[in-house]
Amino acid sequence: MRSRPNYLAGIAAFAWLLIIGTPLYALVNSSLESQSQYSDRGPLSLPSGITFHNFATVVDSGFLGYLWNTILVAAATVAIVLLLAVPISYAVVRGRSWLTRGVFRLFLLGLAIPAQAVIIPLFLIINRLGFYDTLWGVILPTAAFSLPVSVLVISGGMREISVSLYEAMALDGARPARILWDLVVPLSRSSIASASVFAALQAWNGFLFPLIMTQSNSNKLVTLGLYNFVSSYGADIPALLAAVLMSAIPILLVYLFARRALVAGLMGAGGK
Amino acid sequence: MRSAAADLARPGAAWAVPGLVFFCLFALVPMVGVVYLSLTSWDGLSDPQFTGLQNWSRFLGDGQMWQDTVVTAVLLVGNIVVQAPISILLGVWSAGKQRNRAVLSAIFFLPLLFSTAATAVMWRQLLDPNFGIPAKLSGLIGDTNLLGSQSGAVACLVLVTSWQFIPFHTLLYQGAARTVPETLYQAAAIDGAGRVRQFFAITLPQLRNTIVTSTIFMVVGGLTAFDIVLLLTDGGPGTDTSILPFAMYQTGFQTYDYGYASVIASFLLLLATGASFVMVKLSGYDKMTSTLEGM
Repeated sequence: MRSRPNYLAGIAAFAWLLIIGTPLYALVNSSLESQSQYSDRGPLSLPSGITFHNFATVVDSGFLGYLWNTILVAAATVAIVLLLAVPISYAVVRGRSWLTRGVFRLFLLGLAIPAQAVIIPLFLIINRLGFYDTLWGVILPTAAFSLPVSVLVISGGMREISVSLYEAMALDGARPARILWDLVVPLSRSSIASASVFAALQAWNGFLFPLIMTQSNSNKLVTLGLYNFVSSYGADIPALLAAVLMSAIPILLVYLFARRALVAGLMGAGGK
Repeated sequence: MRSAAADLARPGAAWAVPGLVFFCLFALVPMVGVVYLSLTSWDGLSDPQFTGLQNWSRFLGDGQMWQDTVVTAVLLVGNIVVQAPISILLGVWSAGKQRNRAVLSAIFFLPLLFSTAATAVMWRQLLDPNFGIPAKLSGLIGDTNLLGSQSGAVACLVLVTSWQFIPFHTLLYQGAARTVPETLYQAAAIDGAGRVRQFFAITLPQLRNTIVTSTIFMVVGGLTAFDIVLLLTDGGPGTDTSILPFAMYQTGFQTYDYGYASVIASFLLLLATGASFVMVKLSGYDKMTSTLEGM
């Protein structure tokens, strides 16, 4: 079946390759050029006279520390999200109380709350809790705003588990905690992975929370580091582009070594 | 079948409580807080002074806010109109098992590795009128300062947002397209339906839920797209691309008029929840609660 190659789609895909690829080529190429080469020849020149000087500039500005902070924030966010979203989803899917039905609707509505809209009171709350200018000030709200998608995705995965499996365990006298651990978590692994990838990317991408909740250089995340880099090295465009490239390196490593998991995870974030 | 054993094996509502408390504290309480603050005058230092609807009436008469709302809406619609069709086509295309499609899909994924901040910083340089790509194409496009006019800047914002997020939406559609049963296509092929016909009669209807999810992501994302504006156009030229979240940030955190900023924030909240409520109702997404449940 379906053997005839689709030439039209092939041409369109090639055009899309150019749209995706050209800026990426310019990015890599320019980050390896000296400032004078760049201003003479522009971003789309053919590579010549490769230099790693720009990356040294970026590292000297303290960029590795920002990367490390971002990794910490992403890891802590994922941990909190899983710790909270898995039990919620379990209660939503298997619970019988009126409360659990309301919970699902609440998170469905929560999906639409833009972080922007609540940032001012949130800033107050973080201040009162004493988390201003700490990484927790970024982690806690990021985790909270990743919860709705995570609950929807994980509960979607848990719904696929056949009822007879639950009944078999119930007949054996298993309690909710054991059923969760022995049956539900293993069988909804892929949706849990999806939620983790999604939460990690939220943390990775976060700009507003770090901007508002942190101040000192030692608590800076990589997105904000880039923002500051623009004002302090704005004229050194190759260094700026090297910083952009470096900001993507950790996740590029994940992509290279765990592409399947990353892609499958993101795919699952859309639900079924 | 209901027995005591089966009931004991079900999780109680207590399982949801920790997450619920957490979410309330960091998302729902601030939601109420922002509406309250919109009724006050507050500089962030002294205590907020209750001023009733004063901020709101100022908001309704504020010409800049009308412009910001229009630009927000134009960007939102522009992003959906550009991203949705491309993502659907690319997603369906990349769902095919051919080897070349798999290789290209791996490349198409790459923009997702960059944060919005990184993407915006990169494009700002690439679009630079003197040193960027437009400078090299000056013979083709005339005016090289693409960010210099309102329509140009809005188009650039749509372009850059699409470049970054189409890969994500493509993935959603790719995943969904793979779950469409092959037998549907086989049956259609036997009935003599061509490729285009199959796409519209089978693929699109089967992708319905994903279209809803993907659009909700786009709407919420569009209403919070503040980092890209800050880093790519800084609201400019002038205030031409100052969208609502950007105006909220400037009013609150740069001019310390938190009361008025809260009005803008409340308005955003209204738009976002309104839009997603309509979409959830239209799609029947909330009925998903009990497909396998209830025996």
